[in-house]
Amino acid sequence: MRDVYVAGIGITTFTRLEYPLTEIASYASMMALKDAGLTEVDQIYVANMGSPRVNHQTALASAVADSLSLLPAGAAAIENGPASGAAAIKAGFQAVASGMDDVVLVAGVERMREVNNLEATDFVATLTHPLTEYIYGVTLPSHAAMFARLYMEKYGVTERHLAMVGVKNQNAALNNEWAHLQQEISMEGILDSPEAMTNNPYVAEPLRFFDACPVSDGGAAIILVSKEKAQELGRPMIRLSGIGQATDTHAVFEREEPTDLLAVRKAAEDAYAMSGLSPDDIDVAELHDAFTILEIAESEEVGFFPKGEGHIALEKGETALGGRIPINVGGGLKGRGHPVGATGVAQAWEIVTQLRGDGGKRQVEGARTGLTLNFGGFGNNVVCLTFVRED
Amino acid sequence: MSVDLEKILRPVDHEMAPYEPKYMMLASGEAVVVRQVFRDEIPDLLKHVEPLIHVERDFYDVVAARVYAELLGYYQYRFQDQYVLALQVDGELAAIVNGRQVTPTLGLSLHTLALRRGLRIGAHGFAAKMEYHIDTLGHDEVLIVAESPIGFRRWMIEYKLEKRFHIPHELGGVPSWALTRELFDRARSKLVVGRRPVPPELLNKAMEKILPPSDPPTPPLDPLAATRSMYDPTATSLVQQRWEMEKGMENA
Ligand SMILES: CC(C)(COP(=O)(O)OP(=O)(O)OC[C@H]1O[C@@H](n2cnc3c(N)ncnc32)[C@H](O)[C@@H]1OP(=O)(O)O)[C@@H](O)C(=O)NCCC(=O)NCCS
Repeated sequence: MRDVYVAGIGITTFTRLEYPLTEIASYASMMALKDAGLTEVDQIYVANMGSPRVNHQTALASAVADSLSLLPAGAAAIENGPASGAAAIKAGFQAVASGMDDVVLVAGVERMREVNNLEATDFVATLTHPLTEYIYGVTLPSHAAMFARLYMEKYGVTERHLAMVGVKNQNAALNNEWAHLQQEISMEGILDSPEAMTNNPYVAEPLRFFDACPVSDGGAAIILVSKEKAQELGRPMIRLSGIGQATDTHAVFEREEPTDLLAVRKAAEDAYAMSGLSPDDIDVAELHDAFTILEIAESEEVGFFPKGEGHIALEKGETALGGRIPINVGGGLKGRGHPVGATGVAQAWEIVTQLRGDGGKRQVEGARTGLTLNFGGFGNNVVCLTFVRED
Repeated sequence: MSVDLEKILRPVDHEMAPYEPKYMMLASGEAVVVRQVFRDEIPDLLKHVEPLIHVERDFYDVVAARVYAELLGYYQYRFQDQYVLALQVDGELAAIVNGRQVTPTLGLSLHTLALRRGLRIGAHGFAAKMEYHIDTLGHDEVLIVAESPIGFRRWMIEYKLEKRFHIPHELGGVPSWALTRELFDRARSKLVVGRRPVPPELLNKAMEKILPPSDPPTPPLDPLAATRSMYDPTATSLVQQRWEMEKGMENA
């Protein structure tokens, strides 16, 4: 298997974007191509979850190939729920590692603000089990709420811990010009003041408004290349060193212990094994905090902290910028936004930015290794990636 | 015989009790002051509403155009029984809400316009104006419509408004919804917040000057973009583009 490097990255602002879907993907891709100094690619993968339903558009990858004049490159779209982005990166990795292609463009894109929030929530809920979950009105917020309730009872996590993740990540987004939310929040305003319950109402108890990521549009792209090509292009040598992907039961009730995210654990283990890294080696991480509870649980499952102790590390500031293992320093999904198909690619974009030392105010000093965790379904399809700076 | 036409054109406002200012803490930890604004301060509001007429997203354009007209109508005595509340953070204008009294028992909500996003400032402003209708003016119900999906979520869904579809609302003649006193009482504990009296330094800062919003909503980068959107096909960008073209032709 050949080594695979990231030679270029690009992103659009995550917000409500009034561009057509193809243009959002193309814009991020163009930035990535420019960053890499390339005008041609062998292969294109476009990650997206909802375009047939939300935007009435299919075959996105062909559209992107043409809109960027990258013809006759091979092109395919990849739909893997909210883990579409990292799944597309995995496909791109396989194409380069196998020797089939030298240069692969991976773009992730979603335009979910085209419909209202109720429809957007419903569209994401279509990833749940159709017969045992969806028809009973289960949505992702309700899944996360039930998970949070169990977690609180079992491990002593409180609403204060959840709010701490929300404040940490939303305020981190202020250091990320591409992030959707550019509004500072405070513990007092969302938890402690007499107005807090109105400012931050329950969305699905015990989760409140500021425990959830916003509904966003956006695109992100990265260019994966072979080692020879990376050296030729002369960009910082950042290797995509590990990939793990794992699945779990579709219906959450079938899990023996619903507070265990086994697919997260397995995906991380596989990524570490492939890269020869351990959790202690990771300098900066992007976890999938679609809901605040997920950052806490995932930080344990990827091995940063023992099970049930993620919230204690959070309390001590270990996951903040300057802490032992900074998590979501660019805002995470909570602050940067969560255009579902783009998220996995945006996480890689952030880690590469960090490993290049381009993080500005949110830079993790001396970061040389990074990890991303892209969480699909309610934990039933998870992709973990590790990146290493080599030069 | 001379006729003072102005006397005929100018509606006679009924006496309406003033709104007692209040303040509350926002999610950001900042304090927002809600207070009534009278005629003399309307020009200060107008200059911050006008730019929003060109913001073609979330129906800011339609709402801002209407608010502009309503405020101007109030300023020039061409609108009966209107009131205006302003929300200010550190003096900065954060939202405007307005409405009017139809009869001593019936209120009508005109608009809610948030100039800063992400802090429920609009929702707080709406709650304050419902408080004004029900508690201060003693209205039994308030007729309401929504122009935007977020407005619909904030009013119709959050307050569980009742339908009054047989009553065309003054805003475009569309079917009305209503907030009754009973619905308001039910929503009170969850949706209506605020502390009184406002500490003098906070109130003075707000009264001193209406400062411009520091982060107002801005137009989309691509003026044609929203017209390509399936579900939000507003058309002001097309109008604007045509003006630009015409200007170009004039200059040629
Ligand atoms: C309707 C309106 C008054 C509501 O204002 P509001 O109650 O202050 O609403 P907010 O700004 O708090 O809510 C939306 C914002 O919440 C923030 N938000 C959304 N999800 C979030 C989350 N999970 N976490 C944190 N912030 C979030 C976003 O910033 C979002 O803004 P965006 O749509 O630009 O991304 C306001 O949107 C407005 O003035 N719209 C234009 C005029 C209009 O439609 N008036 C009403 C006519 S009926």
